[in-house]
This record gives sequence, C-alpha cells and structure tokens, in this order.
Amino acid sequence: MTPPTFSPVGLRLENIDKRYGWFLALRGVSLVIAPGECVVFAGRNGSGKTTLLRIAARLVRPSRGTLSFSSESQAEDARVVRPGFVAHATMVYDELTAEENLLLFARLQEVAQPENRVETLLNEVGLSDRRVSLVRTFSRGMRQRVAIARALLHEPSVLLLDEPATGLDPQGVAWLAEAIRRLRDSGRTILMSLHGESEISSLGTRAIRLDSGSIAADTRTGATFRSILTFADA
Amino acid sequence: MSLLPNAAVLLGKELRTEFRSRELLTTTVVFILIVIVLFSFTFDPTSDESRRFAPGLLWLAFLFASSLMLQPCFLREQHNDTLSALRLTVSDPFAIFLAKLVANTLFLLLTELLLLPLFAVMYNVPIVPVLHWLVLMFFLASLGISIAGTALSAISAQARMRELLLPLLMLPLLTPILVASTEVTKSLFERTPFVQWKGIGFLAIFDLVFLTALWLFGEYLLEE
Repeated sequence: MTPPTFSPVGLRLENIDKRYGWFLALRGVSLVIAPGECVVFAGRNGSGKTTLLRIAARLVRPSRGTLSFSSESQAEDARVVRPGFVAHATMVYDELTAEENLLLFARLQEVAQPENRVETLLNEVGLSDRRVSLVRTFSRGMRQRVAIARALLHEPSVLLLDEPATGLDPQGVAWLAEAIRRLRDSGRTILMSLHGESEISSLGTRAIRLDSGSIAADTRTGATFRSILTFADA
Repeated sequence: MSLLPNAAVLLGKELRTEFRSRELLTTTVVFILIVIVLFSFTFDPTSDESRRFAPGLLWLAFLFASSLMLQPCFLREQHNDTLSALRLTVSDPFAIFLAKLVANTLFLLLTELLLLPLFAVMYNVPIVPVLHWLVLMFFLASLGISIAGTALSAISAQARMRELLLPLLMLPLLTPILVASTEVTKSLFERTPFVQWKGIGFLAIFDLVFLTALWLFGEYLLEE
C-alpha cells in the first residue's frame, strides 16, 4: 500500500443506544479505541455489530449517546473524519466499470489527481487489467477488491470493515488478510466485524464480543481472543 | 462549497448509467406512447374535443409515466448499498438529490420532446406557434414532478411496500401540477392561444417551495 498521508485517529463511543422501533439494537455501548488499534467485533447474528460500525461510519444516527474521533496530535471534529467503509454489499455500481466507479468516488471526495490515485489503487488490488470491465461481470472476490479500493481512495485514518470476507473463496480471504495486515501496519485504526476464527481475525490487536447490543467481553478486560471469537464463555 | 461540483459528478453518473441501460427512458416512452395511441383509437376525438381533453390526457400520461420513471431512482441505490457509499463521500447530501432531480428532469423533458410531435399529429393540435411557451411550461412542470418525485422516491425506497407507495404518495401531491399544467396547455391549444400566466406562476412557485423544502430537509430522508 502507498505510504500513509494521514494522522492516526481514535474513536470514543459514549453510552450509545440505537433503537429501531421497539427493537433495541445497541444498549449503552461505551468504548474507547486508541489510534492504530485493530479491533475485531464478534457476536451472533443480530448482536449489533453492523449497527455499531454503521454508527461509527455516521451512516446511522444513534438514538442516544455520542461518537467522537480524536487524533494523537489534536482533537478532530467527528464531522471532518471520513472513515473508509467496506460492508456486506459492495457499495459500487454494477453498471459502471471498476475505473469509472473509483473515479466517481475519488472526484466526490475531491482526491487530488484522481486518475493517478485510481491507477495506483487498481494496481494494488490487482485489477488494472480489468479496469474497463463492468463491475457486474466481476466475481465476488473481484467486487470485494473494488470495494476495498473505493474505501481507501481518500486514504482514511479509520477503516470500518463489516464482515469483509463474506462470499470470498480461500484465495480471496488470503488476499484480504494480506491487505488488512498492510493497512494495520501502516497505522490505520481498523474496526472489523467477523464470524469466528480466521486468517483475518488473527490480525486483530483487540477483540470485543457483542451480545444483544451490549459489550459482553473485551480482551482489554481480560477475556482471551479465542473465547471471544468462538463464544466459548458466552 | 462542493455542492455543485459534487452534483455535477453525480449527474454524470446518473446520465452515464441511464444511457448505458436506457431502462427508464424506454419504459417511459413506451408507456406514454401506448396511452396516447390507445386513447386516440378508443375515442377518436374531433378537433374540438381534442382541444378540450387532450391536454388533460397528455399530463395524466406524463404523471403516471413519471411515477414509473422515478420508482427506481433510489431503489437502484439500494441494490449494492451505493446510497451509503454516496452518503459517506459527499459533504452535502443535497448534492445527491440535486443530481437525481436534474437527471430526472432531463429524462422527462427528453420523453416529452420525443412524444409531443406524435401527440400533436394524433390529436390535431397546433404546437409550432406556441412551442416556446410549451417548452417553458414543460420545463417548469417536469422540474416540479422531479423535485417532489425524487424526494418521495427516497422515502418510499425505505418502506416495505415500496413499489406501491411511490404512486400513492406522488399522484395526490402532484395534483396541483396536473391541474396547472393542463390549464396552461389548454390555453395554448385554443384557436386563439393565450398564455395563462397564473398557471405558469403557480408552477414556478411550486418548484421553488419544494426545492427549498428538499434543500432544508433532504438529509433526513436519506437516513436509515
């Protein structure tokens, strides 16, 4: 990956509740994530992982509580920090080519020299030879590569990955793990939700298990990675 | 600051995807064509009847067709959750609406431009002498339909009965546009045409009010 041009940023979530009608998806979640941490969120379906990541991305407004970002050098306004987000869905247009998709989002984010940045990223994710192919002709793994390239266009300090390995074959998972390793080593703060132990989960520097919208276990408070990822003590 | 550049980039995307698939334009043109032709064959109106009924028929056809055209406007963004990607990238969410409503206005105008000559021939109404007034009126009405329709499309895309909800919300809300456009068109198709300024003024005010409301509250329509 390209050398970092960002300052490491941490996150603070205070007393976050999220209610969808009668359903309480998150209950009083408070969490401090230090700059450069790579946090794995585990939990059963419906435990609140996706909601938490979407709140961190500011795609969902919490019903109660606050989200703030902070860098080591200075406090950053939560409205200014733009996390990179990779979700279950690819968040790219099937009717556009890989290059058109990346150029679109690069221009929207006012990336300097968007053509160069897109070319660099297409090379990094190994899609430069398919740059002019429509995304709808891509395999799931290739789409995921475009999705990751899109999330990295503006060199975000914070990266949010919601089950990024969904639908990937073993080769795809290996590629993704290597990509996340490089991103983590470049100093980015990474929050990712995963199911179970994998090559990707081993990259985490911290693991948190969510259960029914609350934090049930955290390696910071003595739980082990294994118990969190396998729900051993759940 | 970045509202207009962002909207321009997004407009480019809207036009590119539509002209690549031509889904919306084809559907809308065919729908209006069928209505106009069927009505003409069924009632075989005389010249005087055409002057009285054709403007209403024309605008009803455009209104129903626009509900078809506007349906996928935000639904398409849900397929791969691209709306979230847009919300993460644009600094002003109004840019998303602005691009979509301009694109929808252009698509509607293009449809109207294609079908107006056919309509004039089939219903024997003179359009050439009043063409510039028709263009102004079509622009204002299409803009109004697009503004309200784009906003309602954003609302209905998140609802459970999304396919049914848009026409149910849109058609009553756009009744004032239907009435005003029909009245203005009728006055332009008279034997001695005149410009009904009241109707044109109403369309302009409708556009302004709804555009302002969308600018102020549009952000909330995109929230999950």
